Amino acid sequence: MKVLVAVKRVVDYNVKVRPKSDGSDVDLANVKMSINPFCEIAVEEAVRLAEKGIATEVIAVSVGPKQCQEQLRTALALGADRAILVETDESLEPLAIAKCLKAVCDAESPDLVLMGKQAIDGDNNQTGQMLSALLHCSQATFASELSLDNGKAVVIREVDGGLQTLELSLPAIVTSDLRLNEPRYASLPNIMKAKRKPLDVKTPDELGVSIAPRVTLLGVELPAERQAGIKVEDVAMLVDKLKNEAKVIS
Amino acid sequence: MSILVIAEHDNSSLKPATLNSVTAAQAIGGDIDILVIGSNCQGAAEQAAQVAGISKVLVADNAAYGHQLAENVAPLIAEVGAEYSHVLATATTTAKNILPRAAALMDVQAISEISAVVSADTFKRPIYAGNVIATVQSSDAIKVLTVRGTAFDAAPAEGGSATIEAIASAHDAGKSEFKGEEVAKSDRPELTAAKIVVSGGRGMGNGDNFSMIYSIADKLGAGVGASRAAVDAGFVPNDMQVGQTGKIVAPDLYVAVGISGAIQHLAGMKDSKVIVAINKDEEAPIFSVADYGLVADLFTALPELDSLL
Repeated sequence: MKVLVAVKRVVDYNVKVRPKSDGSDVDLANVKMSINPFCEIAVEEAVRLAEKGIATEVIAVSVGPKQCQEQLRTALALGADRAILVETDESLEPLAIAKCLKAVCDAESPDLVLMGKQAIDGDNNQTGQMLSALLHCSQATFASELSLDNGKAVVIREVDGGLQTLELSLPAIVTSDLRLNEPRYASLPNIMKAKRKPLDVKTPDELGVSIAPRVTLLGVELPAERQAGIKVEDVAMLVDKLKNEAKVIS
Repeated sequence: MSILVIAEHDNSSLKPATLNSVTAAQAIGGDIDILVIGSNCQGAAEQAAQVAGISKVLVADNAAYGHQLAENVAPLIAEVGAEYSHVLATATTTAKNILPRAAALMDVQAISEISAVVSADTFKRPIYAGNVIATVQSSDAIKVLTVRGTAFDAAPAEGGSATIEAIASAHDAGKSEFKGEEVAKSDRPELTAAKIVVSGGRGMGNGDNFSMIYSIADKLGAGVGASRAAVDAGFVPNDMQVGQTGKIVAPDLYVAVGISGAIQHLAGMKDSKVIVAINKDEEAPIFSVADYGLVADLFTALPELDSLL
């Protein structure tokens, strides 16, 4: 089966972002960019399906500026067969990304689309669900286990109360949670090989997709700082403070 | 303004999470209706009708809606929501699964996890794991929003007398099937609703040692949480995880035991009213947000705390 995996270029998870001095947006000048960690888990899952002989082709797709090619090369080094970049310098919202991915899916007809459950920049947690809506196919978000059998996908999902198991007919969209797998590191020979794998570039215009934004960012600010309190000497003092000063226990 | 709040419920009863969205809806201002989608969900609908300040409760009761499958529920929300200016739901895993799908069907760019209402079309929301708060304005005709529960107080669950109206519309996409669930059974309060939460981290060493946390939690009537490190290490199940990718909590008292305070954990609990940290490493970042810090070995501090409660 054909598996499509979406990857997003985001600020590296080790970077603590700050607002620009004018508060118009976060300051992304000269910060390290990486593949979104949840997308990396999705890529790993796709590659494992290929290694098990279930996936016959793994296509990595990204939507964004030219530099996203770096993240696509990473996905290729991890084991994807080829890549597609939908290139645009516009700022992108989940719905616009989902529309671009839908156009790619219409052309490629994957049986399974793997994605991260959310990107660690906007924290939207929307794109997979939106793509599934646009394709009118099945969805399973927050996946911690995925198996494919008899043309169905069985997914264990991490939900508020515990774990839920769904069976999906294909094509399906599955978004990864943290515990789906532990992604591998790309080996140097695979990084070299990835440079020769095919990477197609398209534009939203060529795909016939409107990516006009619906939401305007008016500004960003730091959250209210929480002041550190006091250190207590011992457990007895802690209990005393909680009872008599904070009055949160009786 | 007319606002539709999607109920969070288990068919027999309304979950308190719904009440946070009602408060967010009141901050926007306008007529507020609640939509209950489920199977044999009359119990939840009757409770929704009791919520203060609700005009109308719409009930879509159909076997296809029993397990809140997104493929079935989202088209209904898109259909009913088309008559409203705003569609809101508290950002539980159920709502996060369904609402973006409904928004896409409505051709609306949803706004996730709002933490404040600035005006009817402008909202604040945390981004970058809560390191930055963005103010965003929607130009869509209908605003589809998920609400961060900890940012809005619960509306009174009683005092209202809304009319209940049945919706006949049924959607059964037949694309997915519910096969089962493993629900953690616990007599302790739900993490997101608990007034006190006691959480353990990697410092607990193993799952058995969590018994010390359970004992203290039971004396305090507290919910029990864990850091991602403790969940990843297999000490406790995933539904106990507090943090950016787990549950967001804001109890009156949060006790962090053996938790260093990684940014992703802080994102899930730093709005708690009083924070206590117990950690043997006095440099642990958790102390920078703690009202009361105790630098101590948890294996001596916890039994002592237990005996003093």
